[in-house]
Amino acid sequence: MTAAATPVDERGHDWIMAEVEKMKALGETEPRLARDPVNQPMINNWLEAIGETDPRFGDGEAPPAMAQVWTMYGLNPERPANDPLHGTMQILDAAGFTSVLGTNCDQTYARPVKVGEQVAITTRLESVVGPKKTGVGEGYFVTTENTWKVGDEVVATMQFRVLKFKPGARPAKVDRTKLVRPQMNRDTAFFWEGTQAGELRIQQCNACGELRHPPGPMCPACHAADRGYVVASGKGTVFSFLVHHAPQLPGKELPATLALIELEEGLRMVGEVLSGKEGIEIGSPVQVVFEKIDDDLTLAQWEVTS
Amino acid sequence: MTTLPAWELPITPTLVVSTAIATRDFQDVHHDRDLAQGHGSKDIFVNILTTTGLVQRYVGEWARDAVGPDFRITSCALRLGAPAYPYDTLTFSGGATEEGDTITVDVVGAVSLGNHVNATVTVTR
Repeated sequence: MTAAATPVDERGHDWIMAEVEKMKALGETEPRLARDPVNQPMINNWLEAIGETDPRFGDGEAPPAMAQVWTMYGLNPERPANDPLHGTMQILDAAGFTSVLGTNCDQTYARPVKVGEQVAITTRLESVVGPKKTGVGEGYFVTTENTWKVGDEVVATMQFRVLKFKPGARPAKVDRTKLVRPQMNRDTAFFWEGTQAGELRIQQCNACGELRHPPGPMCPACHAADRGYVVASGKGTVFSFLVHHAPQLPGKELPATLALIELEEGLRMVGEVLSGKEGIEIGSPVQVVFEKIDDDLTLAQWEVTS
Repeated sequence: MTTLPAWELPITPTLVVSTAIATRDFQDVHHDRDLAQGHGSKDIFVNILTTTGLVQRYVGEWARDAVGPDFRITSCALRLGAPAYPYDTLTFSGGATEEGDTITVDVVGAVSLGNHVNATVTVTR
């Protein structure tokens, strides 16, 4: 491996991709024969362990899910020098991406294989994509294409993808004070003063008594500009909700559950559900909670009450 | 769409180890808890070849009755998620849609941490 020739601190993205290109240029490996022909005792061991009972597999036909089993390296692996998956793992290990996680395994089966047939595998490096920030850390997605043949006949294929990542490089804990601030003005000031005081305030028309939210300068019912507020009970139900996974939002811990709450007073209001969100569904009863972000901002948020 | 009956499989150390060995996967994280924990894992966990086998067992047990005993699985695409550790339960659910002679079965295998696997399995008559 050429890794040793390059100092660790110079093994950055460009070095990784240059090494990857060399690995890709090797193309497809020579066929490597399975240790054993497809055989009933190994099938039987597999059937017992998996609990599979399809009678066809007790009688000379290998389960398609065993495709990869026949060419596994075994307990004392002697990998050929140009094994592209192993080689790419070594490149990324050398660059500090030392952990690995399988992410995708897509197999196709052209035909069943039978006892007595001996499969051989060929592999090529399909792609290396990264660096990507993931939930477990920053890493590269490595995809290989594998083909199993009996003689010249393709019997199965597998596209296999792993994430090779730097462990522990999780995103730092979010700073809630960085969130996008709501607009505050003379129309909405009473609402934010309310949240700071622990009250959920709803605007009310002083002329006709109509309640409205979000706040505005004029009553949509009677067009009067004279306005005040009432304090809501803080109880409601989930009218609708979504779980936001991506993209990252400033000051938000993801995934975040955002809900449209129908208040007891009949109005609807958007907020984040902070607790009890595991069991949330439309109609779930909720109670307002006030989350103090800093001295300038307290948000009206929600918790599911069972 | 046809809904497959759910299947709950308790994960035991014996299941993890016996299936790892039966699939000739001797990576220590699938049979040695001390070494698995040394790698930062909570415990040993189910290997990918076993997940493939369990998904196809689940689809096959449904297909034997619903499609007929001569059904064929022609492809199986897995997206892997949370690890399946011993003392957890792997709960499979699925739905099948038919187009001509091809039946596409979408399978979810869930553990307490979330989805262990999302799979799409193609079955033909």
